[in-house]
Amino acid sequence: MALVLNEEQQMLKESAEGFLAEFAPLGELRKQRDAGSQTGYADNLWRQMADMGWAAILVPEEYGGLEFGHVGMGQIVEQTGRTLTASPLFATAVLGVTAINTAGSEAQKTELLGAIASGEITTALAVDEKIHHAPTQISMTADKQGGGYVLNGAKRFVADGSKADKLIVAARTAGEAGNMNGISLFVVDRTASGVEVERTEMTDTRNYANISFNNVEVAEAALLGEEGKGFKALNATLDAGNIYLAAELLGIAQETFDVTLQYLKERKQFGVLIGSFQALQHRAAHWWSEVELCKSVVLKALQAMDEGDKKSSALASIAKAKLCEVAELATNEAIQMHGGIGMTDEYDIGFFIKRARSAQIMFGDNSYHTDRFALLSGY
Amino acid sequence: MSDLQAFRQQTRDWLEENCPPSMREPVKGGESMCWGGRNFTFESKEQQQWMERMGAKGWTAPDWPTEYGGGGLNKAEHKILREEMSRLNARSPLDSFGIWMIGPALLKFGSEALKQQHLPPIVRGEIRWCQGYSEPGAGSDLAGLQSKGEDRGDHFIANGQKVWTSYGDKADWMFCLLRTDSEAKKQMGISLVLFDMLTPGVTPKPIKLISGSSPFCETFLDDVRVEKDQVVGEVNQGWTIAKYLLTHEREMIGGMGMTDAGAETLSQTAVRVMGVEQGRMNNPILRAEVAKWEIDGACFGLTAERVTDEVKAGSGVGATSAMLKYYGTELNKRRFETLLKIQGSDGMVWDGEAANNGWLPRTWLRTKGNSIEGGTSEVQLNVIAKNILGLG
Repeated sequence: MALVLNEEQQMLKESAEGFLAEFAPLGELRKQRDAGSQTGYADNLWRQMADMGWAAILVPEEYGGLEFGHVGMGQIVEQTGRTLTASPLFATAVLGVTAINTAGSEAQKTELLGAIASGEITTALAVDEKIHHAPTQISMTADKQGGGYVLNGAKRFVADGSKADKLIVAARTAGEAGNMNGISLFVVDRTASGVEVERTEMTDTRNYANISFNNVEVAEAALLGEEGKGFKALNATLDAGNIYLAAELLGIAQETFDVTLQYLKERKQFGVLIGSFQALQHRAAHWWSEVELCKSVVLKALQAMDEGDKKSSALASIAKAKLCEVAELATNEAIQMHGGIGMTDEYDIGFFIKRARSAQIMFGDNSYHTDRFALLSGY
Repeated sequence: MSDLQAFRQQTRDWLEENCPPSMREPVKGGESMCWGGRNFTFESKEQQQWMERMGAKGWTAPDWPTEYGGGGLNKAEHKILREEMSRLNARSPLDSFGIWMIGPALLKFGSEALKQQHLPPIVRGEIRWCQGYSEPGAGSDLAGLQSKGEDRGDHFIANGQKVWTSYGDKADWMFCLLRTDSEAKKQMGISLVLFDMLTPGVTPKPIKLISGSSPFCETFLDDVRVEKDQVVGEVNQGWTIAKYLLTHEREMIGGMGMTDAGAETLSQTAVRVMGVEQGRMNNPILRAEVAKWEIDGACFGLTAERVTDEVKAGSGVGATSAMLKYYGTELNKRRFETLLKIQGSDGMVWDGEAANNGWLPRTWLRTKGNSIEGGTSEVQLNVIAKNILGLG
């Protein structure tokens, strides 16, 4: 497939750009933060997004979705990186849909995907238990008892975890930490008895939680996919997650670049525009070149998911590793080239570096994905 | 059967019949490439046959018009020819600065007479060209060139010195930039002229590089007679054509980007030499270096692909050749630094059969020139900053 957007994808990108600029510009994030918002996003914004069909983009038509594909959804997520728009788009419409669509039974898909598509419910994916992403290291347990399971353990850094209606939880029904076998996925109500949610105040002011499960009893119907064989679906969901995080980071890298380039053309020192200094020109040109590489790999990874390409795991790691590197470069250069003003809270650049680092860390940073890429390549 | 299907079938049959067996094996480095020209020593009879057969069909320059000896193929047919050639692993029948550079410039800017005179021998591999651009005092600042062409009515008398003339000692003709008006502003008084390397007063002298080889010459011009009908485009308007050719060269270097390092990828070499334990390559620092290179290499390859696709779709921003040249050559240098670390002391062996005649250290050193030739990395960054980012 040619590495260009088709007309429909281009239109979706432009409409996302227009919508987010009008209803969810960066100022909204500042407002949420200054108001000490406990939800991290505005409910009515999510309502509007769902009304436009954004929650339904990845949902198959037979379950009430639009089935518009990853390349299209990727354009929206990339735009949310430019505006730093917080919403359940990632945790629900990407992660929730992918996990349920990959692993779920017919009944689960009918019930849950339809409700997600219409914006009725939100989800959160609870995977990590330690400070570093390590999906095979899951030690939370799910013991078969009576007609269902009893869950015990603790999860951290769960995006939207303090607010989502349903938690998709990875727990161990067999084996021990380090094994891929024995991991099972469960859909658990956030308000179920024994679920203890602690909202965490994070640097990017988004909505994360640490969640403990103390003898949480769930029915057998809560099992998503086959018992003990959940890793494959979890892996596919994490691959998708990482590709979308890369798309968001691409938006951040581009927006910080555009804003900084503008500043280089406005700011005068020594009587001239600072953009006339070759020391800054070369750094800007290098940064621009890196962003060009990022555009290519993100688009390729999104296309690979749409095509069901077997290489999409490797591409997910390539894209995430590269985007972690370039987002780090972009946000650091943005502050440095802005000078003192870039250090002030009043100026927006600081929001980008805060969000970028969270997105980088989520589901594995540069080092994690460089290592994973090498392993997938046989070394 | 559609026209294109018929074309594919005919092409396949013709290639099967005419591509000699030894021309279906990979080229072993620059030495065994076919450059053609009056003095060329063919590696084998088959190499010569292959060039001549393809040249007679115009398929050494498939998209040039047939009236100038070219293949006259449209884009779809050209693509089919490429596909059918790669199906056979067929080598390029002819590599030449005539096809890559001066030919396209003549097609765009040359007079009818110049096209008739020069294009057909290029297609047939009869004349090998070299480029006379850089001078000792004009490298990155090419427009500062000083070699003069003095007006003598129907001809110029050229004096000066060119440098970095690729294969100047093996070429038959030179396309050369001369200052033909010393009063005019820097870029305005330059002409692009053509002359035979056998013209009295033309003296190419090979330059030995740090890699031990001598692919470039310095070329001395002492009272060289250049006919006025061998000026490409208008007198004193050569800079526009020179810039066009520089873009072309940049794309060529950026596109080729990666020096052919044989059949192995970087990680395959690394694994073979370093070994793997429990799924991970030994030496974690080197392993990370290899993986980071392969990630960047993949992203760069996809970018070259995307740029091509965007041009096809008519949505390209253009001017990306500077970025591809900058990034591709820097990546290539990085790859050889990593290869050298992988090979340890073996990587320092300069000669001998066992060490493939010092292929690695020599090629590694040669890559240092990638980010200098065709405009340095710093010049490419200037081009990006000025032309794309609008930074003055």
